[in-house]
Amino acid sequence: MAEEKFDACVVGAGPAGIAAALTLARGGADVIVLERGSAPGTKNVMGGILYRKMLQDLVPDFWKEAPIERPIAEEQAWLTSGENVVKLGFRSEAFAKEPYNSFSVLRARFDPWFAQQAEKAGAMLINETTVLDVIKEDGQVVGVRTDRKEGDVYADVVIAGDGAISWLSKKAGLQPDRPFPAEHLVVGCKEVIELPREVIEQRFNLKDNAGMSIELFGDVLRGNAGYAFLYTNKESLSLGLGVMLNDLMRTKQKPYELLDVLKAHPAVAPLIKDGEVREYAAKMIPEGGYPALPHLYGPGILVAGDAAMMTNAAHREGSNLAMEAGKLAGRAVLEAKARRDFSAASLARYEKLLEQSFVLKDLRRYRKLPHFIARSGEMLTVYPAMANMLAERFLTVSGMPKGEEQLAMLKEMLRMRPLPRLIGDTWRALRAML
Amino acid sequence: MKADEKVTVEEKLGLVRFKHGKESHLSVIAEDVCVRCEGKWCTTICPAHVYEWSPEQNKVIVNWENCLETGACITGCPYANIQFQYPKGGKGVEFRYG
Ligand SMILES: Cc1cc2nc3c(=O)[nH]c(=O)nc-3n(C[C@H](O)[C@H](O)[C@H](O)COP(=O)(O)OP(=O)(O)OC[C@H]3O[C@@H](n4cnc5c(N)ncnc54)[C@H](O)[C@@H]3O)c2cc1C
Repeated sequence: MAEEKFDACVVGAGPAGIAAALTLARGGADVIVLERGSAPGTKNVMGGILYRKMLQDLVPDFWKEAPIERPIAEEQAWLTSGENVVKLGFRSEAFAKEPYNSFSVLRARFDPWFAQQAEKAGAMLINETTVLDVIKEDGQVVGVRTDRKEGDVYADVVIAGDGAISWLSKKAGLQPDRPFPAEHLVVGCKEVIELPREVIEQRFNLKDNAGMSIELFGDVLRGNAGYAFLYTNKESLSLGLGVMLNDLMRTKQKPYELLDVLKAHPAVAPLIKDGEVREYAAKMIPEGGYPALPHLYGPGILVAGDAAMMTNAAHREGSNLAMEAGKLAGRAVLEAKARRDFSAASLARYEKLLEQSFVLKDLRRYRKLPHFIARSGEMLTVYPAMANMLAERFLTVSGMPKGEEQLAMLKEMLRMRPLPRLIGDTWRALRAML
Repeated sequence: MKADEKVTVEEKLGLVRFKHGKESHLSVIAEDVCVRCEGKWCTTICPAHVYEWSPEQNKVIVNWENCLETGACITGCPYANIQFQYPKGGKGVEFRYG
């Protein structure tokens, strides 16, 4: 395809790939980005909440020009049980002001802008190009094979930022060349529902373009481990869910039918009423966590972002980990370039950088979480139900003396989850996060 | 399509933009494996309802034009009986919101 040889070839124009390309281009490296979509973002789906910090490190004050939807000023968690819901929330005036904390985004709009930043810095972006394999010489990755005519691209280093399935890192031998197990995958689907700006601001009690994020747990997911989400965009809502693939296989429920259950929930339906559905989308999230991390580098190759299982399920973090990892991959390659050494030993610097950053620290801290979540479908129903039971009884004036009522509440709690299991669950949940 | 309308997944998929090539990027490898498959998980896990069991034809029908390219089927088929590749560069699903 291109005759010349590049310093680096980045596969995938997502947050990981673009962060790497941007870092490399700014460092004076010759970098090419290959993307299979007709433009960046056309293949990408997320809820999606984008955290400010990691992108700000790359593009200061990006919110002034980037196509973000709304800065998130209020976050809510809804625990559902049947038609009932216990709502928890946090609203912050500081989150509604610069520099903000996080933003809702639509990836088909955000990704092209982010890719442009890398192009402006000198990276070459080639769309409509599916990478099929790595090219190896004496065990060293020296480029990639694409589906274009004469489509081989040569580079000192290949950075695999190819997202959830990451065939490339598998072909390169960084992880076993077989599908990920169902316990490591979340299937996500969503709808974008258009509503006038004023209607959104009225329904969600928002002003001045501030936004809200709602995550829903419990019954509304029909026993599947996972969560649902409702995020406000400028003139639309993102409504969707993510559930463990192993649970979907167990319960035999269909993702789009779960989405319909969500839409019909009496606490959700009025919020989307009269909205116009603009798009239905789906994508997987790799959530194997620390125990499932691939080799992060090999001779002539690095892997970053979803392709390397870098997500944090407890904090709906993925795009920010991808950006940080991409940035560090770029840095490691710049250092390797200065040394003219692209061996595995030289690229091991990438893992060192990741270890010093929050990326590997968080993944290691939460190493037990993915295992815990994959088996928590039942728990994620029982506890929201318990919260609703307690709230309902607490708020109902039944004429029963309070002492008796409290005893009855305690009994009902222990009926829903016997004491040994209550203790066991708490212990496991704490161990998964602390 | 109104948000509170009850619609099928096919109707939902009608909202999605696709740029299809001529050839399918996915296929069932051996049809007899599906006949014996006790769960037919591909017909329920796929968020785009690409796979459909046809009792008349006694096989799984592959509606590849609906594919949103999640790759759930390659893990979801316990017999590794589904061949899935990304479509050619520039082809396949094209999200406008994402
Ligand atoms: C439903 C859902 C909700 C989510 N919500 C959030 C959220 O709220 N906040 C958050 O931070 N994260 C969220 N995530 C996770 C987030 O989307 C990912 O962690 C993030 O996109 C990872 O970035 P990446 O660059 O590693 O991969 P991706 O964004 O997947 O980018 C990979 C790129 O590589 C391209 N590509 C793949 N293979 C090839 C190939 N062979 N050749 C050429 N190009 C290729 C793809 O087209 C794509 O552009 C969510 C995910 C889903 C599915």
